Amino acid sequence: MLLLAQYTLIFASVLLLVAMGGCFSEHSGVINIGLEGIMVMGALGGALMMKFLDPSVPAIVMILMVILAAVIMGMLYSLLLAVAAIQFKADQTLVGTAMNMLGTAAATVAVRAINSAESPDNVSSAIQYIEEKKAFLININGFEFNWFMVVAVLVLVASYVTLYKTRFGLRLMACGEHPQAADSVGINVYKMRYAGVLISGALGGLGGIVYITAGVSEWKFENGVAGFGFLALAVMIFGQWKPVNIALASLLFGLFRALSNVYTGFPLLLSLKLPGTVYNMLPYIISLIVLAFTSKRSRAPKAEGIPYDKGQR
Amino acid sequence: MNSNGKSKSSLLRNNAVQTLLASLLSIVLGLLVGYIVLLIINPAGAGQAIINILKNYFYYPSEVKVKQYFGSTLVKTAPLLMCSLSVLFAYKVGLFNIGAAGQYVAGAGAALYCALNLKLPWFVCVVAALVAGAVLGAVSGMLKAYCNVNEVISCIMLNWIALYSVNMLLAGVKDSTSPYTIGIGSVNEAGLIPAAGLGVFFANNKYVTIALPCSVIMAILVWVVLEKTKLGYELRATGINKQAAKYAGMREKYNIILTMVISGALAGLGAAFFYLTGMEQWAVTQTSIPGMGFNGIAAAFLGGLNPIGTIFSSYFIQHITSGGSYVDKTLYCSQISDFISAIIIYLCGFVFFFKLWINRMLDKRDEKAAKTQKGGEA
Repeated sequence: MLLLAQYTLIFASVLLLVAMGGCFSEHSGVINIGLEGIMVMGALGGALMMKFLDPSVPAIVMILMVILAAVIMGMLYSLLLAVAAIQFKADQTLVGTAMNMLGTAAATVAVRAINSAESPDNVSSAIQYIEEKKAFLININGFEFNWFMVVAVLVLVASYVTLYKTRFGLRLMACGEHPQAADSVGINVYKMRYAGVLISGALGGLGGIVYITAGVSEWKFENGVAGFGFLALAVMIFGQWKPVNIALASLLFGLFRALSNVYTGFPLLLSLKLPGTVYNMLPYIISLIVLAFTSKRSRAPKAEGIPYDKGQR
Repeated sequence: MNSNGKSKSSLLRNNAVQTLLASLLSIVLGLLVGYIVLLIINPAGAGQAIINILKNYFYYPSEVKVKQYFGSTLVKTAPLLMCSLSVLFAYKVGLFNIGAAGQYVAGAGAALYCALNLKLPWFVCVVAALVAGAVLGAVSGMLKAYCNVNEVISCIMLNWIALYSVNMLLAGVKDSTSPYTIGIGSVNEAGLIPAAGLGVFFANNKYVTIALPCSVIMAILVWVVLEKTKLGYELRATGINKQAAKYAGMREKYNIILTMVISGALAGLGAAFFYLTGMEQWAVTQTSIPGMGFNGIAAAFLGGLNPIGTIFSSYFIQHITSGGSYVDKTLYCSQISDFISAIIIYLCGFVFFFKLWINRMLDKRDEKAAKTQKGGEA
């Protein structure tokens, strides 16, 4: 039971972070399908930081440096989307898809190059961080508390305040609903959209490093992040683009994802004799059903996915 | 001299020429970025590596090998072409079928299940794959038409649902010692798509089958349907403006569903064209969706969203993907070609802007020419 709670919370943290990222991007009017790729790049940044930092540095330094590396990598990578979608009015779905493919390929190429530069025999695409990972964990009576859970809660509060209580957040949302109107009152739509995408890059990258440190202590970058970025998109839609709802949705989805890891520990679930893959599928099936019922009155930002052209009426 | 200049500029104004230029530019830039990355990793072998990627099967000195591996590349091109046709067809109707990957997976599951478990002949398996892909497409289409669910999101969900379901379905026909399904040839010879003697042209490559000509025929068929029939016209009209299509008396909901059905069927067919050759088996433990559907997006856009263009772009993408395995493995990894194709797709996003830029430049030049001419007369 404790294990289930632990996995649920950590997976929920990942989903919350990444979905909030998507939320910022979409509220500014840019669809971010590339979250998966951003997660991979963020994970790469964090993992490399862990690899090159001495495991004996104080835990707080380790945590901050790793977070910083993941956030910066995520932001840099999201610039690819920002420039293409905002400056060059490219098809956002196409660019996002390309970024997902590019993320995994680039990370694999980079890690292999680094690994084989260290020792020519090492052709794996994995990075290990057994010792370094301990900085993030506190063991409380068998429950592995992870500092990233706190980070996720902080991000949630900050996002809520930013979106609803600050001038910046309200302007950002205006750009996703009706950019022409926003522009007419002097808001720079392009700047706001850049901000939205960069924030999503930061949060996506952060989510990436949380994901690869959850449960395992080495990561093979060939595998990308196994669809978590897409799951986060589902969480975001399920949460109707609102931070509190997104938090609840990520808890629910986190629970299902955790069940697929630990369902063997529950006699009741085990007696159902369902294959483990069913639990992997559940979040997707549920979100599809929910989407079918809720999309008629969807709260999606109205102008998302449409490149903003100043000259257009 | 004047007329010469004019014909040149009108050639540049031609939409098809612009598309071709944009695609070629994307390819060149993509290769350049790949080359730079190789240079960073190890400057010594970079040039050789990029040449090996481009040479692909020409890497082998013997003609027999070249022919054989040319055949293998073509065998893998057929499913890619089908996936890109699937993406292209939906895109022409204003839908982004990111679900081609899932429909491909569903097709693979259906084809292999029919061939291995039910031991059905190949044409039944092909139809099963087609239906499986179409059903998955229909789900997205219906969700879009009746429940207003964005097709991109529903397709993404269905991709994963398809992957896990197929893994479960095929776990029953798994080889006992490996994570792969049993080879079709060993249990059900009739389940393999017939070669009809095509292997002769490729030094008896036994995986070369009638799937190859079939996929090219499908490309031509897609072109005919989209450009030359009433159905294609209606579908494209629905894609350009749903409301206007409805106003003109077209059944816009029906059109959306039909599009996704056709699109899904094409992707499903692609899977049959590949897995029923027996070249590769399905790994029931895989946790990531096969890249074929996503590469299909690449090929569709690189081909300028033209069915005939995609024949060439699919071949090119597959050519460099296969070529990736010939880089010096002690220095680089084969994923470098995935990297290059991802860069190329990314650059395809700029095609619209590129055309705008060319047209603007031509406008300026024409204006200038008109001015000097006027000045000369006066």
